[in-house]
Amino acid sequence: MSAGLTEPAELEVQGLTKYFRADSAVRARSFVHAVDDVSFTLRPGTITALVGESGSGKSTVARLLARLYAPTSGRVLFDGDDLTKIRGRRRTLAYRRQVQMTFQDPFGSLNPAKTIRHHLERPLQIHGIVPKSRVDQRVYELLDRVGLVPPGRVATKYPHELSGGQRQRVAIARALAVEPSVVVADEPISMLDVSIRIGILNLMKDLKEQHNLAFLYVTHDLASARYVADDILVMYAGQIVEQGPVDQVLSSPLHPYTQLLMASVPDPSVARHEQIEVTRGHAAAAIDPGEGCRFLSRCPIAIDVCSRVTPQLVEARSRQSARCHVNAPAHVI
Amino acid sequence: MTATSSSTAPRPFGRSEPLIQLRGLTVEYATEAQPVRAVDGIDLEIAPGEILGLAGESGCGKSTVANALMQILRPPASITGGQILFNGDDLTARSSEELRKFRWRNVSMVFQSAMNALNPVTRVGTQFVDMMQAHERISRNAALARAGELLELVGIDARRVRAYPHELSGGMRQRVIIAMALALEPELVIMDEPTTALDVVVQREILQQIGVLQRELGFAVLFITHDLSLLIEIADRIAIMYAGEIVEEAPADEIHRAPRHPYTIGLMQSFPPLSGPIVRMAGIPGSPPDLANPPEGCRFHPRCPHCRPEDALLYARQTTERPRLRLVGEKHLVACHLVEAET
Repeated sequence: MSAGLTEPAELEVQGLTKYFRADSAVRARSFVHAVDDVSFTLRPGTITALVGESGSGKSTVARLLARLYAPTSGRVLFDGDDLTKIRGRRRTLAYRRQVQMTFQDPFGSLNPAKTIRHHLERPLQIHGIVPKSRVDQRVYELLDRVGLVPPGRVATKYPHELSGGQRQRVAIARALAVEPSVVVADEPISMLDVSIRIGILNLMKDLKEQHNLAFLYVTHDLASARYVADDILVMYAGQIVEQGPVDQVLSSPLHPYTQLLMASVPDPSVARHEQIEVTRGHAAAAIDPGEGCRFLSRCPIAIDVCSRVTPQLVEARSRQSARCHVNAPAHVI
Repeated sequence: MTATSSSTAPRPFGRSEPLIQLRGLTVEYATEAQPVRAVDGIDLEIAPGEILGLAGESGCGKSTVANALMQILRPPASITGGQILFNGDDLTARSSEELRKFRWRNVSMVFQSAMNALNPVTRVGTQFVDMMQAHERISRNAALARAGELLELVGIDARRVRAYPHELSGGMRQRVIIAMALALEPELVIMDEPTTALDVVVQREILQQIGVLQRELGFAVLFITHDLSLLIEIADRIAIMYAGEIVEEAPADEIHRAPRHPYTIGLMQSFPPLSGPIVRMAGIPGSPPDLANPPEGCRFHPRCPHCRPEDALLYARQTTERPRLRLVGEKHLVACHLVEAET
C-alpha cells in the first residue's frame, strides 16, 4: 500500500441473519425470518441495488448495516473489523462514520426546528471532521456538492422551506459530511415526485464516481435500480434469490421470482404485456419456514425437490447466481 | 344481446354522447389569505366505456378533480366555477339527497388506501349487504349471493364473504373494494392511485383484472396516477395535469410516441427504461409551483427548457400569457406557446 493513500475498504456481509419474535395465540416461540443467511460485498465506486417487495427483508438488511438492529447471526466485515462485535461508543462512532444511512421519508428525517446549517454542522462537530474555523466552509461545500445552491442561502433555511427533493439532498449531504466509505440509501426516491427522482439518482451516480463511494440502494423499483446500479440483489422472503450485474440479471433473469417481477413492472416500451399467471399467496415474510424453496407456492416451474430441499445460491452464469433448483441447479445431473 | 342494444359495450372513441363533461371546472381551497385555486378551469370529457388516464405530480389537482366529480369535496375546498355534466345533467345543481343516490349507483370510487376503508370488525359480506341495502331494496341473502359473485369476478373465492378484512392480504382487500365499487353497476368508476400502495406483482394482477372486468361490463374508468408508464399501458386516452391545469391530452399511444408539451416530454424522460441502453436522463429541473402563488404566464415556464430570455418575443408570451389548449392533431390537445408557434 502506497504511503498516505489507503485503498477504500470493502464492506463484506457474510451469512447475515435477523429473526424477530412473532409469538401468536396459536404458536408460542415463533420467529419471523426477516433476513436469512444473506451475503454480499459492497465495493468502492459501485452502486448495489437491493430490491424486493414489502416484507422481503430489504429494509431490515439496511438497518442491520447501519447498526440500528443487532443481527441474530452472521458477520459484517469492514476494514478488518466485525461490526457485530463492536462494543462501546467510540468504536460505534468510528463505524458509523464509515457507514452512513439515508432514509425514505425526507420529511421525518430532518428536525423541523433546526436550520439546514445545523443539520450539516452536527455531524462535522460530533465526528470532529474539520476544525471549528472551517465548519462554515465545509457546510457550503457539502450543499454545493449535492446541488443545493446558492449554499449560503440554503443553509439558513428550515426543512419546511424546502421541497421533498431538496430535503432528500440535505439528507444525502448530511450522510456525506463525515466522509463515509459506504452509504446505505433506503428508498431515497419513493416519496418524491416523479419529475425530481432522476435528479437524485444522477446525484448518486456522480457521488459514486467522484468520491469512490460504495452505495447500497434499497428499492422496490426495478427500473431505477437498472438505471443507477452496477449490481443487483433480489430478495424474497428474507433470502437473496438472485444476484449479479444489474443489466444481465434484468435482461435474462434466472429466478422465476425475478422473472415475475420483470413481467409485472409497467413498461411502455413493451407493446403488449403477456398476462401473468395470477398466483396464490404473496411475498410475505417467512414465519418459521421449514426446508424447501420459499417461492414454491407461487412458482410456475417447481419440481419435486423444491418442496424438500432449500435451494442454495448457485452461480449458474458468469457472475450471476440464483437460488433455484430448476434454473440454477447445484450440480449437473 | 344484439349489437344495437349493447349500451354497456365499450365504445372508447365512438360518437356517442360523453358520459362525463367537465366544463371550466374550478375548485378553490379557502385560506386565510387569498383562495388557492387547485383546479383552474379545466375541460374534460369521458366517453361511455372509456378508460381515461389523468396523470400528474402531487399537488397538481388530479385528486381534487376526482373528488369534485364524485361531489365529495369538503371545506375548505369547494367548486367555485364551471359545470360537471353527467349524461348532460349538471351535478353541481343537485341536492345532497339526489347526490347520495347518485354516488355509488352511477359513479363509484376506489381510493389509494381503500383497502383500509373496510370495517375491521365486520365480515366482508356484511359490508356488501349494508352498501347494497342503502341503495336498493334487496334481501340479505340475495345481497350476500351477489357479493359472492362479485368477489369471484375479482378473483377471490366466493366463500370469503365470511372473512374479516384482516384475514385478507392488502391486495385482496383492494380487490374487495373494487368489487364493491362495481356492485351497483355504475357507469363510471373513479380509481385514484388504486395500486400505488401495492407491490408490483399485485399491481399487475389487479390491473389485469380491471381490464377484463371493464371489457366485460363496459363501465368507464377515470384512472388517476402519478405513474405515466402504467397509464400508457392501460388507458385509452391520457390527460396530463400540471399546477391545476390540463396541459396535454391525447390517445395513450400518442402520448407515448409523440408527446408535445415539454412537461409531458420531461415526465416521459423521468421513467428509466427496463430495456435498451442506459443513457443519462435529465428529468425535470426545479419542482412544481406553489399554487397559492403560481407563476405568471405559462405555469411550467420556470422549469421549461424552451423558455429562454434570448428569444425575447416568445419569452414575453411564455412569462405573461396563459397558453390555451389547442388541437394539434387528431384528438391531441396541447397548451404550449411553443407548439402554437409551430402551427
